Amino acid sequence: MCGIIGVIDRHRELMDGSTIRNALAVMDERGSGEGSGYVAYGIYPDYADLFAFHLFYDTLGQPKTQVEELLENWGMIEHDEEIPTCEQPGMRKVHIPWRYFFRPNRKLMLHSSTPDDDIVTRVVMEINTTIPGALVFSSGKNLGVFKASGWPREVADFYRIQDYEGYIWLAHNRYPTNTSGWWGGAHPFNLLNWSVVHNGEITSYGTNKRYIESFGYRCSMFTDTEVVAYLMDLLVRQHHLPLNLAVRALAPPFWDEIDRMDGHEQELNRAIRLIYGSAMMNGPFAIIVALEDSIVGFSDRIKLRPLVAGTHEDRLYISSEEAAIRTMEPAIQDIFMPEAGEPVIGRVIA
Amino acid sequence: MSIGTRPLRFLVDLDHEQCMLCGRCVDNCSYGVFRMENNRILISSRNCVACHRCISQCPRDAIRIEERPVDYRNHPVWTAKAREDIYKQAETGKILLGGMGNTLDYPIIFDRIVLDACQVTNPSIDPLREPMELRTYIGKKPKKLDLFRDPSGDVQLKTEIVPNLQIETPIMIGHMSYGAISLNAHISLARAAAASGTFMGTGEGGLHEAIFPYQDNMIVQVASGRFGVNIDYLSRGAAIEIKIGQGAKPGIGGHLPGEKVCGDVSCTRMIPEGSDAISPAPHHDIYSIEDLKQLVRSLKEATEWKKPVFVKIAAVHNVAAIAAGIARSSADAVVIDGFRGGTGAAPTVFRDNVGIPIETAIAAVDAKLRAQGIRNEVSIIGSGGIRNSADVTKLIALGADAVYIGTAALIAMGCRVCGTCYRNLCPWGIATQRPDLVGRLDPDEASVQVSNLIHAWTLEISELMGAAGINSIESLRGNRDRLRGYMLDETMLSVLDIKPVGA
Amino acid sequence: MAITKIQAEGIHYTRLNQMIRKAAGSGAEEIILEGVMGQRFIADGLTGSVQITIHGVPGGDLGMFMRGPTCVVYGNAEHAPGNTMDDGRIIIHGSSGDATAHSMRGGEIYVRDDIGYRGGIHMKQYQDKRPVLIIGQEARAFLGEYMAGGIILLLRRGRNDSFSQRGIGSGIHGGLIMIRGRVDEWYLGVGARKHEASKDDMDLVIPYIREFCNLFSEDPSSYLSSVFTCIRPASARPFVNKYTWE
Repeated sequence: MCGIIGVIDRHRELMDGSTIRNALAVMDERGSGEGSGYVAYGIYPDYADLFAFHLFYDTLGQPKTQVEELLENWGMIEHDEEIPTCEQPGMRKVHIPWRYFFRPNRKLMLHSSTPDDDIVTRVVMEINTTIPGALVFSSGKNLGVFKASGWPREVADFYRIQDYEGYIWLAHNRYPTNTSGWWGGAHPFNLLNWSVVHNGEITSYGTNKRYIESFGYRCSMFTDTEVVAYLMDLLVRQHHLPLNLAVRALAPPFWDEIDRMDGHEQELNRAIRLIYGSAMMNGPFAIIVALEDSIVGFSDRIKLRPLVAGTHEDRLYISSEEAAIRTMEPAIQDIFMPEAGEPVIGRVIA
Repeated sequence: MSIGTRPLRFLVDLDHEQCMLCGRCVDNCSYGVFRMENNRILISSRNCVACHRCISQCPRDAIRIEERPVDYRNHPVWTAKAREDIYKQAETGKILLGGMGNTLDYPIIFDRIVLDACQVTNPSIDPLREPMELRTYIGKKPKKLDLFRDPSGDVQLKTEIVPNLQIETPIMIGHMSYGAISLNAHISLARAAAASGTFMGTGEGGLHEAIFPYQDNMIVQVASGRFGVNIDYLSRGAAIEIKIGQGAKPGIGGHLPGEKVCGDVSCTRMIPEGSDAISPAPHHDIYSIEDLKQLVRSLKEATEWKKPVFVKIAAVHNVAAIAAGIARSSADAVVIDGFRGGTGAAPTVFRDNVGIPIETAIAAVDAKLRAQGIRNEVSIIGSGGIRNSADVTKLIALGADAVYIGTAALIAMGCRVCGTCYRNLCPWGIATQRPDLVGRLDPDEASVQVSNLIHAWTLEISELMGAAGINSIESLRGNRDRLRGYMLDETMLSVLDIKPVGA
Repeated sequence: MAITKIQAEGIHYTRLNQMIRKAAGSGAEEIILEGVMGQRFIADGLTGSVQITIHGVPGGDLGMFMRGPTCVVYGNAEHAPGNTMDDGRIIIHGSSGDATAHSMRGGEIYVRDDIGYRGGIHMKQYQDKRPVLIIGQEARAFLGEYMAGGIILLLRRGRNDSFSQRGIGSGIHGGLIMIRGRVDEWYLGVGARKHEASKDDMDLVIPYIREFCNLFSEDPSSYLSSVFTCIRPASARPFVNKYTWE
């Protein structure tokens, strides 16, 4: 379900949101007007070392009080405000988007090598599963997700994303099947600095969900995509796999291909499949994942969803459709189709 | 083989006192049960499939067929079927195929739902003398009506309503392909559809020119094999139906064996004679919901947005959410085929184990579309194991706009549900391409029988509606208040959104 | 020649197709579309013999159900050009996406560079209709999956290694896949068998190679002097032995 696009600038040159808005709208045929979203990295330079929480509130009463109490228990809110929005004729504002810039108190998470991240993960899971009327949909540093039910142009104009400048952007045009088009169900999904946009349906969701929940993550969005963010967090941040091997775990080679590999390569791939079998994602998908310094795009291993990539000067583009990439960068020459299951990775330099 | 011979499925017995050696049984049995030797009829019971063709033709009622005269030792777990399947697979190492629908003994929900009637507080309506409206329009309706006043002050329609199919009975004939069934069967059904003011599906077998006179009553199917699909075919149909799946075998494709691909079948499917017609499991241009939207729209573009496009899916666990996705794809109707749907051949493990009953699927889809506020914009057609007018009425009250019948229409032409459609030997001339057998089915007679069935059910539906004080089918659609569940558990009642009897 | 130019930028495909039909209906022999950017279904269900010249990136299902016209694309095409196409030509000066020539029943598709996954899936042939898909450079996995007829010709321009994409001709039960160079047995799909192309095989495809080179201004000699591998169905009924009756 859906159309996706992502871009990274290797020199952290900033791009405003206006071109990705138009690129996403080129793929309106892939959506149904029930969910669109954007994430941009580098948009909060003034608060770059704080966690930027974006929340949907149903009301500003009880849920907000509870969320703020919880945040204050685990650290300090250095700044907060309503996310500026501009009402659109085709959209109904069903939530009030709010943002907090939060500094966790790492003394509260003693036995951890990543106390800040652990606190934030815990707070996000707790808000999303225990405080009705509040939903955290973005919790990374110097980045923010902007999403809602509506067509790409409407959602972009609702949040005025042309006013944000980032060196990484991901965007998503949704056609929901799992859940109807509620705001929280729109992509990107985000946890910490991980953001995910996804086209397809993960048929292994039931397995992946139970697996990831055994590591303390809580799936609360009623949709298959959020497990990707959690799986990447688990494999890369907690288990320290390099990005390409984390993707290998999610979309591994077939056994008959592994059987044909040479000694070391075979051993490595066999081990990945044995240990991370429950993390393997089945079904059709094309996914772009972003982290603070990179983006990675990959499809399922039998290529059931489209994915094209292109490079132009310092930028790597990944999308469901070439037309979307060309809308962002008309001068682009180098367009290619990634191999099924193989990651296309773009990193910032330094 | 060390497994040896299994007990007879059927024992065929001839009363030689009664038999007058007319030889009709010998001529009629396409399975080779009977032969005449030295003025005596000899019987090979092992060949019998209980198609009852011999019984129907015997002028003296001299034939008797007994099921399982010698059975296995009774055992609640290791049933005869469980044992026989194992013997077969131990011998062959292959996937088991079978004909017709689900053979497992799941409870039939229809039979646990009862209908309502008026007493005292409001009058029942007598359909013998009062007007009764069963007309239904299948297709997309706009969310709201837009009007404007012209310069002279008259109210005019601003809304343009896209083409809908107008049916005079909620009963349509489902998709059975020419190839799976014979041309005479197809002609009979098409004539019946035209005579009854309803529509019939082509199945994925293309459109034979003998059907062209009835093309205004045909819904042309586009399935994963794209057999017989070209721009002429699309333009001929009154509507186009994309087949994603079928209740008898959700999630898998179908193979029409080469022996059923005779000259004519090869023409309508546009494939070489004698080659297997393989319909792959998915459409290879649909791996996701947005791809479905693309196929729907490609069909609409090709026919310049003049034809309604339906999408048929098998009733599976997530049917409601899938149907909601389909409803947003520009499709005009969603067809849901329950797990009792028939088939010429399906792997038995699918036929018997995959999918959900149509009653729950329709209830869930109707509820989901209503919850999302789009129910009125798309029609719902239910199918899969509809046996009589009561099933039709109950399904409409659960939320369907109309139903497709398949097996019931075949039975109306003589089919005895022997379940051996795949052998190309159907002695009734229905599920066969053998010219001598096809010739046994007379379209003049068979079409009348099918029309009669639709007519009779339609009368009964009118009676049931009238008894409930309803004179127009719109007031029955989704009217679950007029249903009660009998001996259904609470969760099932809540899925169906009906009250229990007495409540 | 009667030529109609259409500036396609920002025009919805339904409107665009209406303009194309109108132009073709009023006698245009060539319709030039400028600024095409992702519009799907161009020439969908179109009949006749008009040529549509497309500048830009046509969206999915270019020439679907088409019977007769020629589409010439200067750029890449997205997924499934020639889907269920009946007759006519699609000539792509660039590459195309997944499921190129899906279920194609007649006509010709020439792709100068690459195609994506599942090229020529379920192509079929019937009587005098024999679809041809010719690819200049490379194809991805599952080429000719479920193929029931027609010809897929993969020229692998500039490559001398053996073709190594899995699932070639998986489920093939009709038609012919010809690949320049060698193909390792392991990469063949279920029900496919290979052999070196014979003179008869070559005679069958040489006219298409010449036409391909003519269209894209290439010298055919290196192709004509190469060894080709033919991939054909091992049986017209690849799955018949998987099943037994209840």
